[in-house]
Amino acid sequence: MALPNKPIGELPATLDPAVAEMEADILIVGGGMAACGTAYEIKKWAPEGTKILLCDKAALERSGAVAQGLSAINTYLGENTPDDYVRMIRNDLMGIVREDLIFDVGRHVDRSVYLFEEWGLPIWKTLEDGKTVDGAQGAPILKVGTKPVRSGRWQIMINGESYKRIVAEAAKAALGSDNIIERCFIVKLLLDANEPNRIAGAVGFSVRENKVYVIKTNTMMVACGGAVNIYRPRATGEGMGRCWYPVWNAGSTYTMCGEVGAELTMMENRFVPARFKDGYGPVGAWFLLFKAKATNTLGENYMATNAEMLKQYPPYGLAKVPASCLRNHLMLKEMREGRGPIYMDTPTALANLSANMTPKEVKHLLAEAWEDFLDMSVGQAGLWAGTNTEPEKVGSEIMPTEPYLLGSHSGCCGIWVAGPNEDWVPDSYKIPYKGKNYKGMTTVNGLFTAGDGTGASGHKFSSGSHSEGRMVAKSMVRFLTDNKDFKPALKESSKDLVDLVYRPVRNFMEHYEKTTAVDVNPNYIKPAGFQRRLMKITDEYGAGIATSYVTSKAMLERAFHLLGMLREDAEKMAAGDLHELLRAWENYHRLGTVEAHLRHILFREESRYPGFYYRSDFDLVDEQNWKCFVNSKFDPEKKEWSTFKKDYIQIIPD
Amino acid sequence: MPSFVDPSKCDGCKGGEKTACMYICPSDLMVLNVESMKAYNQEPDQCWECYSCVKICPQGAISVRAYSDIVPLGGVVQPMMSSDSIMWTIQFRNGNLQRFKFPIRTTPEGSIDPKNDAHKGKDLATERLSDEEIDNVELKRPIAIHGK
Repeated sequence: MALPNKPIGELPATLDPAVAEMEADILIVGGGMAACGTAYEIKKWAPEGTKILLCDKAALERSGAVAQGLSAINTYLGENTPDDYVRMIRNDLMGIVREDLIFDVGRHVDRSVYLFEEWGLPIWKTLEDGKTVDGAQGAPILKVGTKPVRSGRWQIMINGESYKRIVAEAAKAALGSDNIIERCFIVKLLLDANEPNRIAGAVGFSVRENKVYVIKTNTMMVACGGAVNIYRPRATGEGMGRCWYPVWNAGSTYTMCGEVGAELTMMENRFVPARFKDGYGPVGAWFLLFKAKATNTLGENYMATNAEMLKQYPPYGLAKVPASCLRNHLMLKEMREGRGPIYMDTPTALANLSANMTPKEVKHLLAEAWEDFLDMSVGQAGLWAGTNTEPEKVGSEIMPTEPYLLGSHSGCCGIWVAGPNEDWVPDSYKIPYKGKNYKGMTTVNGLFTAGDGTGASGHKFSSGSHSEGRMVAKSMVRFLTDNKDFKPALKESSKDLVDLVYRPVRNFMEHYEKTTAVDVNPNYIKPAGFQRRLMKITDEYGAGIATSYVTSKAMLERAFHLLGMLREDAEKMAAGDLHELLRAWENYHRLGTVEAHLRHILFREESRYPGFYYRSDFDLVDEQNWKCFVNSKFDPEKKEWSTFKKDYIQIIPD
Repeated sequence: MPSFVDPSKCDGCKGGEKTACMYICPSDLMVLNVESMKAYNQEPDQCWECYSCVKICPQGAISVRAYSDIVPLGGVVQPMMSSDSIMWTIQFRNGNLQRFKFPIRTTPEGSIDPKNDAHKGKDLATERLSDEEIDNVELKRPIAIHGK
């Protein structure tokens, strides 16, 4: 038998990849809800002949956070006002948000939901007699005033298994398949050689053939989702991939934009969702639609027994729905004091609901409960099947997960962008370029973002990300039109870029024959080992589950010491095949995102999000000194980070 | 809950332009071994169990065995897709069986018209989206501004 010191992947990497040099007027990096929104809208505004390209590291039909489907659209305003939408999010995210960006999502978002329905997404309806029907029973559409089925004030229920396939089909049809490069992973953004702080291109590679893409562009959007598998998860074996947010979100958005100097904002914010334990199934429908209660092991509703704790965090704890982090804060107290496990009492909820139902209606109710998982978190259904969990008979554990970084769900880390062109938007929320402001543009001229990329603007979810992508499409065309004479010029030669992108392959080829087992070699580190080392550092020092989300200045400084050496070793990552090269770059992106997260936590000397993380040395919400954004910026010339406060401006009255 | 491939059913999508599971996997896990013309999951611990490969496989060759570090053996969750609905079969460890069918789409696949020409935007200077312009939607402003 041969020694195991040979590359193992099916698509081996080589040292001489082909180079594809391309030019575009607008480059869209990413293929999720935001990017699909951009792809749909942009042709309607771009002049004839505009060259638009979209690069997705996966296949558009099933890429991004909605790949698996969703059982609800969490943002549909309907009868609500954008003003109230801002108020809800401001409270949930502990007071510090970009109200202009949120209002803007709120006033546009329903238009995307109308499109989804027109394209074929089944949306549940409430009929005039109060009966509800699923989305395929022919009730009149939302746009003519039919009521959806609300699971909460902002959420509507859908039959959403094919949600992403439908949205991707529209994006492909609008943009044209010839303008979409699938399995192309963009890994670095490139600044212009002549004009400072101006985007000029990007470099990436094919995950299917040995080929490097060097793409020059006038204008660019980067929307590649949030960051997952950056903290050691609760399951570290096979179950490591069963995270709450999709495992393929590797922080690429934040790291790539940050490295060329885009100002980051609120990177200290994180989301620690309390979800069904291990399967990470959604709890929203159980709480909101089925009216289930979560109880401690004594059967107490800990939100009621610990209500006093909420009063310590005015006004965020006093709202009708207290901030998400504070609900975790109360649950963690129960777990710390030994009153776990926490259970979602599914039997009582279903019994209450079915009390006056016919057997047929009860059967339908149970189907709805299962569909909630099967549409978006099949693994939870698998866990129930494997553990003989029938929700009408036994409850299920819920628990806070490991931390996630994102900007579209109940979190708001991301990139600082220009607000909409409206007179009610403060000047400090605008980013002028040659005297004009372009909504969605970062502080790097010509570089835009949306979805998880947009900072301080959470609770967009799928629909809001799509509509934000559409807004950015129009804004990018405006930018392109105003700057059509710009000729992007790269600082680096194509050869330099190939060497950079394929460095992990070179590392591998140079050294793999020096040991008898391909994964253990003193000359390099494989991406999987790199990822585990990163997760161990974040978990132990960066307020992960190991310390119940607690950190301090001393712990963070220790983390940075270890991360410094990890960054040095990033140069020694090794990839023997194209899949491993993908993982090498994903983990490089994870590292940059983690550094930004911890840098912000270190700078913000308070605990703004109790229940998501705690600074043991500043265990308070300090409204006097810290009701402000924390932003950070990398200087690509000097290779230095600066971190600073930025004023929060309230726009919508209390 | 990593996916696995039944070798007696998988034909590597031979004759087709691309291997379906390899084409669709968002995490780049499913891969074809050309010698055997069989596909497999090359990195089970980065599998999100999104079922994209299971749903797309033309041979019905792919299933999921729940994560070994979380779930006891014996449960099965298997979908069957049609053009407008999905049927799920759930078998519990104790043998109990449940079936559910849900709609997935109300229009034929491939029928979406992006209306590139009909919805051509007119005024690039405003913040209105193309369909808002068509419907003449007046963009909202905050009802009141703090401190004013």
